[in-house]
Amino acid sequence: MDLNLTQEYVDFRAEVASFLQAHKDVAPNRNDRSVRSEKRLAWQQILLAHGYAARTHPKEYGGYGAEQDALKSRIIAEEFSRAKMPGGMSGQGINMLVPTLLELGTQEQKDAYIKPTLDGTMVWCQGYSEPGAGSDLAAVKTSAVVDGDDFIINGQKIWTSTAQYADMMFCLVRTEPDAKKHQGISYILLDMKTPGIEVRPLMTMTGHAEFNEVFFTDVRVPTHSMVGNRGEGWMVANATLTHERGMLGDPDAALSRLNAIADIMKQEQLHGTSLMDNDVYRDRLMQLQGEAYAMKMNGMRLTTLSSQKKSSGMAGLLVKLQGCELNHQMAELAIDVMGEYGMLYEKSPFIRDRGMWQTHYMFDLGLIIGGGSAQIQKNIISERGLGMPREPKPAKPAAQATN
Amino acid sequence: MHFGLNEDQTMLQDSVGRYLEGASELALVRGFVDGEPALAGDLQTGLMDLGVPLVLIPAEHGGLGMGVLEAALIQEALGRNVSPSPFTAAYGMAVVALRACKSDEWLGRIASGEVVMGVGATEAIGAREGAGLTLSGDKVSGRASFVMGAEAATHFLLTTGEQLLIVERGGAGIEEVALTTIDKTRHVVNLDLDGASAHLLAGNNHVEAQNKMIDAGRVLLAADTLGAASMMLEKAVAYSKEREQFNRPIGSFQAVKHMCAEMAAKLEPCRSLVWYAAYAQDNVPEEAALTSRLAKSHVSEVGKFVARTSTEVHGGMGFTDLLGLHYWFKRIGANRQLLGGPQAVRDEAAQLQGFVG
Ligand SMILES: Cc1cc2nc3c(=O)[nH]c(=O)nc-3n(C[C@H](O)[C@H](O)[C@H](O)COP(=O)(O)OP(=O)(O)OC[C@H]3O[C@@H](n4cnc5c(N)ncnc54)[C@H](O)[C@@H]3O)c2cc1C
Repeated sequence: MDLNLTQEYVDFRAEVASFLQAHKDVAPNRNDRSVRSEKRLAWQQILLAHGYAARTHPKEYGGYGAEQDALKSRIIAEEFSRAKMPGGMSGQGINMLVPTLLELGTQEQKDAYIKPTLDGTMVWCQGYSEPGAGSDLAAVKTSAVVDGDDFIINGQKIWTSTAQYADMMFCLVRTEPDAKKHQGISYILLDMKTPGIEVRPLMTMTGHAEFNEVFFTDVRVPTHSMVGNRGEGWMVANATLTHERGMLGDPDAALSRLNAIADIMKQEQLHGTSLMDNDVYRDRLMQLQGEAYAMKMNGMRLTTLSSQKKSSGMAGLLVKLQGCELNHQMAELAIDVMGEYGMLYEKSPFIRDRGMWQTHYMFDLGLIIGGGSAQIQKNIISERGLGMPREPKPAKPAAQATN
Repeated sequence: MHFGLNEDQTMLQDSVGRYLEGASELALVRGFVDGEPALAGDLQTGLMDLGVPLVLIPAEHGGLGMGVLEAALIQEALGRNVSPSPFTAAYGMAVVALRACKSDEWLGRIASGEVVMGVGATEAIGAREGAGLTLSGDKVSGRASFVMGAEAATHFLLTTGEQLLIVERGGAGIEEVALTTIDKTRHVVNLDLDGASAHLLAGNNHVEAQNKMIDAGRVLLAADTLGAASMMLEKAVAYSKEREQFNRPIGSFQAVKHMCAEMAAKLEPCRSLVWYAAYAQDNVPEEAALTSRLAKSHVSEVGKFVARTSTEVHGGMGFTDLLGLHYWFKRIGANRQLLGGPQAVRDEAAQLQGFVG
């Protein structure tokens, strides 16, 4: 245990801080999530040029080409967070597809897709879930049948985030209907403008259409747009799911959310006394602070394990479950301390913080469900982390994935 | 930067752990609890051979000169094995206070094994009714309650809140009342003092020394709970793979798996929190007081959850005396109350950050 930074890292931190100071005026707002905003795209270019986005991705694909250094990545995240400035873009294309292509893509796929994805000019969506295939993802039914040099795709995806803005989709389709459930799937990249694709936004509980239904009717896609071989899509998808889990639950974000709530509690008054002076509410804040500190330290431990190229074990497996739950509980507290004001939403008069805590509270529940639900995480923790036995298979399989 | 244990620290924890696994096996713990004191003595000798009591004592006084992190690793091993040992008070808290007061003579006497110090700190944390010490010259009167480390103490290190002092066990004007707690693996006493002779520690930074001692003590209790809770989780997982109902191991029932997953997911971050809080005591002074309180309160909450959930996984067997799981349950329960319960400690943490007032 030695948390002192060597001179190299002290200098690096100073370098990041002075970059941020110098670029304060060109950075977009942290909360700006708009797709294709010019300000965000320009900011992404600046970050790429300085190695604060796509830092370790190869230069030939538009990355910065730096060595993997988990500590430097962490320092970048900490300094951006401290300066309240937005870091490099993230999203399913950058976080999930790019690592997959780097690992398993063909040369043509890497050349065509990685650079514009990192730039933020090519937006991707993830077409995995289907009405009949959620937690049981390997039950996907959307079919892809070979016809000459093309696949012809028919079927439906659901809960597809950002599909309404996306240029491209990476998706799972069933190419071998007669093979076993997990061995009949292929991983395909497709252009969302291809004829036969229909995107219908789905309104969510937040009042926004955060995700969509996507329908495929005789959609023709060249067979070379497959990543990996036919029938290997499950393996390819699992490579990306690992990246998705790493993307959620940033411990520094949890602590800064906690500090924001502490500020609200100092301002909000009940009977003329600040909520921070109310023992009951304050104790809830303090409970969450203990948990947030524990998660931050767990994150530091993961940084070290990652820079030593060691397996992260239980400390890694728990991050999605605990991180999402902690964020959700913090939003709950923020709403509670605001009392009746906590329920105001949309453009209501007297609204506090643009109603964002209600949005967080609902959206964080979505994150608890999506990307491997809390229950699925517990299955994984108990089976892979604790070595507990799998559920025995039911005597008669309820339904064949391929029927 | 390296967040984790280095080779020496891992070796230290492994060697103490290996020793305790044999020397503090359940049958022996049971014997101690049932009034057979030999185990405590044997353990004390064995731990002495490993250098355990010397961990925090500076090298110039014959110690190992290590930090609170190393002490916490030892404490975690003690908690894992519910070992009867006065370590928290005698070789953790007392040594931290004596180091801060530069009480070379006492440090030397502890290092030589001549002195074993019990510690009473409740008066400085939140005295309940009837407790509190007053000093008149070098005579001390009043009640010191919940004095820790009484199993082998030759002396007691006490505080009036402003002044640290030492009294000799069994001296004139000291009446000792043994308390019975749920956790019989460690002994706690009340001391009623009536003009007892006190040795006043030198220096004038007693409040600071006392605070450091309490901070370190809380980190050690958190480490003890971490160790005990880790063992309870392991026992639950092992039992769930063995025990069959409905023709299958209960560990294949999802309800049981999820109980275990929740224990693991809550407990593993506590390990990092304890490491950091312990490291901070010697290396990050501005975070020492806060992280000690967060570790004590958070790990106590998680510990309580693990203690009851592991017991549930064991079914009726968990509730019996036969299995002995309750020794861990009770150790965690006592750690939660000692040196301030979670709410009280969180309140202090809030005050430290200017959240109150
Ligand atoms: C905000 C959000 C964004 C999303 N974005 C995308 C996206 O971009 N692309 C995409 O492909 N998908 C996306 N999803 C879909 C997401 O991955 C699925 O919702 C998720 O995998 C759960 O599947 P389901 O909704 O069909 O629920 P189900 O699988 O039907 O689950 C319902 C309930 O049953 C439980 N359950 C199911 N199986 C088990 C089991 N084996 N053991 C214990 N409990 C079980 C679940 O935990 C849950 O509580 C998104 C979802 C959300 C909420």
